[in-house]
Amino acid sequence: MGRIAALTRNPAMIALVAALAITGCASKKTPNSAADLGLNGAGAATPGSAQDFTVNIGDRIFFDTDSTSIRADAQQTLSRQAQWLNKYKQYAIVVEGHADERGTREYNLALGARRAAATRDFLVSKGVAGGRLKTISYGKERPVAVCDDISCWSQNRRAVTTLSGAGS
Amino acid sequence: MKSILKPLLMVAAMAMGMNAVVTLPARATLELNVNKGNVEPMPIAIPDFQGGLGAQISEIVTADLKRSGLFAPIDKAAFVEKITNPDAAPRYEDWKVINAQALVTGSVSKEADGRIRAQYRLWDIFGNTQLAGEQFFANDANQRRVAHIIADAIYEKITGEKGYFDTRVVFIDESGAKNARKKRLAIMDQDGANVRYLSDGRSIVLTPRFSPNRQEITYMSYESGQPRVYLLQIETGQRELVGNFPGMTFAPRFSPDGQKVIMSLLRDDGNSNIFAMDLRSRSTTRLTNSTAIDTSPSYSPDGSKVVFTSDRGGRAQIYVMGADGSGQTRISFGDGVYSTPVWSPRGDLIAFTKQTGGEFQIGVMKTDGSGERILSSGFQQEGPTWAPNGRVLMFFRDSNGGPKLVSVDLTGRNEQPIPTANFASDPAWSPLLE
Repeated sequence: MGRIAALTRNPAMIALVAALAITGCASKKTPNSAADLGLNGAGAATPGSAQDFTVNIGDRIFFDTDSTSIRADAQQTLSRQAQWLNKYKQYAIVVEGHADERGTREYNLALGARRAAATRDFLVSKGVAGGRLKTISYGKERPVAVCDDISCWSQNRRAVTTLSGAGS
Repeated sequence: MKSILKPLLMVAAMAMGMNAVVTLPARATLELNVNKGNVEPMPIAIPDFQGGLGAQISEIVTADLKRSGLFAPIDKAAFVEKITNPDAAPRYEDWKVINAQALVTGSVSKEADGRIRAQYRLWDIFGNTQLAGEQFFANDANQRRVAHIIADAIYEKITGEKGYFDTRVVFIDESGAKNARKKRLAIMDQDGANVRYLSDGRSIVLTPRFSPNRQEITYMSYESGQPRVYLLQIETGQRELVGNFPGMTFAPRFSPDGQKVIMSLLRDDGNSNIFAMDLRSRSTTRLTNSTAIDTSPSYSPDGSKVVFTSDRGGRAQIYVMGADGSGQTRISFGDGVYSTPVWSPRGDLIAFTKQTGGEFQIGVMKTDGSGERILSSGFQQEGPTWAPNGRVLMFFRDSNGGPKLVSVDLTGRNEQPIPTANFASDPAWSPLLE
């Protein structure tokens, strides 16, 4: 749990985390990140919108190396996600599981799947209807941060809660 | 493939060289024992073959033999005798003075029906004798294959082992930025020539593997949204989903008889187990049932056993079980994390990826886990595949911004880059073509 873990406790700082990833690792656009939505980290999004979820709630959690346990900071993020999702029930949800590059391709597909399932199970335990949730693993095939060191790997070991079937 | 193969008639040892091949004990004096740890590459002279296409063909033969690490082709500038008649005995003394142990002469000509005819003779210089002579017919499209077949014949004659040059490799062609990589299914000759793309790059595709019948591959694709295992007919492009499972299917490989695909299936609890699907009856058999990640299954060449990766003991290690799932036994106990085990086509070794000390290593171990040997180490490399003769591995190494293919022989001393236009990963070697 480093700087990122600390930052993610504050939902308004999520966009800043994404911005750091971009400058620090020469990453291009990060799908689902606040930066991608042209926001500057302010809570300007319409309540109940996808932007609101990404910026003010935080759409992603991070994992320790080769681990699928939901860390304490991630539990807070997921609890906020569950609260929001229980309020805005029009969304179907796909939880994406990702791994860093420090593992083999096939193993990391399985690891990403396990992270997605652990994230889904946590959301269900907080009252989100299981029928709204699907999972998908991208293994190490969709990194958001692309440098070759720990600062990037820790951002790539993630589960991202994405909204689909939006009614708004 | 069949349609391509038919015109390629192999007429072994026709009038030419027949007696020499039959009456001489093979490898009488010219012998290279590939089982010895330290093989000194054999100096071999390969003058340009005669005929319009001759030099082109002999260059491919030379490159194949050189890349194997077992042969040291001699610089043509050093040659004393100029070969004018490739069918006549050479002046052995002229080749002895430049220390050529073997000499290959040959010619390539066009037949009246448009086919090309290639012939070669292999001479044992210090034995003063011809070791082999063969001729082959092929259509134009198979020029390179003729060269690979000749290289295989020379390799086999001298080492006593089957060659691996007349083979192909399926792989993932990767282009674009690392966080937006386009991945395409591709196939090429083992030396990087004749690249052909088998998918358009719109969906992520991973881990292609050859069927033993060579006309089919199995691979994983995200095209339906959920990642799943597919079959692809290489020539027709016909695709087919393997099974209809609710969750992700991945890490597929064929059984040695080509009748089954073994793969991982994601459970609802987030763990992965190994299943085998019979491609004719479509029935599936569960082989593992653990609350762990069980993946990367690979059959032994006789089909009786399966080696796989599991983290049931905490970290990923290599296990072996019967093909029915019986007797699951851990075989890797070294210091590190083991994955992607692949059974050698000879049955004697298991190749693997090992992570230890911040490095990724490619290594081999005996099938009981003993005798581990690391052949290659690097910052990021993985996914070995065996040449059909079980003497060479190909894998992919990430450096300079993306993955490239590399081959290494079982001594670990002969590492060779495989040229590809773009980044490339997940190589899978075909069996020898027919």
